[in-house]
Amino acid sequence: MAVDTETQFHVLAVDDSLLDRKLIERLLKTSSFQVTTVDSGSKALEVLGLREDQQPEHNEIEVNLVITDYCMPGMTGYDLLKKIKESSSLKDIPVVIMSSENVPSRINRCLEGGAEEFFLKPVQLSDLKRLRPHILKGKSKEQETENTTIISTSTGTTSSSGSNKRTAIAIDEDLAPNKRTRLRFSSSSSLTLV
Amino acid sequence: MEYSSLHRQLATMKKSFFDQGFLDEQFFQIEELQDDVSPNFVEEVVTLFFKDSLRLMGNIDHALEKFPQDFDRLDSLIHQLKGSASSIGAAKMKNECTVFRDFCDKENQEGCIRSFQKVKKEHACLRQKLENYFQLLRQVGPVAKATRSGN
Repeated sequence: MAVDTETQFHVLAVDDSLLDRKLIERLLKTSSFQVTTVDSGSKALEVLGLREDQQPEHNEIEVNLVITDYCMPGMTGYDLLKKIKESSSLKDIPVVIMSSENVPSRINRCLEGGAEEFFLKPVQLSDLKRLRPHILKGKSKEQETENTTIISTSTGTTSSSGSNKRTAIAIDEDLAPNKRTRLRFSSSSSLTLV
Repeated sequence: MEYSSLHRQLATMKKSFFDQGFLDEQFFQIEELQDDVSPNFVEEVVTLFFKDSLRLMGNIDHALEKFPQDFDRLDSLIHQLKGSASSIGAAKMKNECTVFRDFCDKENQEGCIRSFQKVKKEHACLRQKLENYFQLLRQVGPVAKATRSGN
């Protein structure tokens, strides 16, 4: 149930496995998201309106969050993440990475690369409850491009541009690694902290 | 009543799948996703799994015939197969894939061939069990899903 907002947000799900695409689509729809699924990073970029020139006139479809598998042939989920974060038009779209493998160095790399969350597969309904706050945060970032608002007061950094604000958020996340770690592993049977 | 006897059979069957380790919690999760909007979701997912896994196992069969063995490619195929098994909660099959992958990591061709036979066996076993399960489920009909008390 979407208690905090009645807007139906649109999630782009990327996974080369047809089975996993079917599952994530159902999970997302059950969680009241609009869903588009694609089977590769390059198709994801097409949907996002990012072609080779990296300057789309307009997005074909508005996407509020990208959730992508890590291990994919060609462009990995990490590659896709980097392309999104390096794009001036797409960098505020939150990205979540999924993987069936619990590899701490991989998880850290993705989080440091700008991923909001890292879900261990199989993804569960309870994991998807964590998506909406990231979407809402992403939307407020879009609306406050020139603002000096800081998301976290625990950093001393003031920001005067969108990119600095992103750094401030990343710093906040780094300051609370335990919180992130607990969140990350709460959906799996393992309670090992990274 | 015949109706509740079928219910009980279904519940017993499903419980045995869990108790014997063929299926895990993930299968429950998939059942939770089935509703009026997607009334055949579980069976669709399972059908998709068997189609997908047969394809992957065919590729693995071909890969195992190669000399010299391309263990990287083999690893990628096993990873996909294991991922699929994990996605539907096929616990025993997933575990056999882990063993298979270990042999692949160690580049042990003999071990790979042996453990792949076990993977195939678990696959066939699960397929039979789930086919029986869905056959029974079809007999019970859509009403059963609304009153699933034997979970």
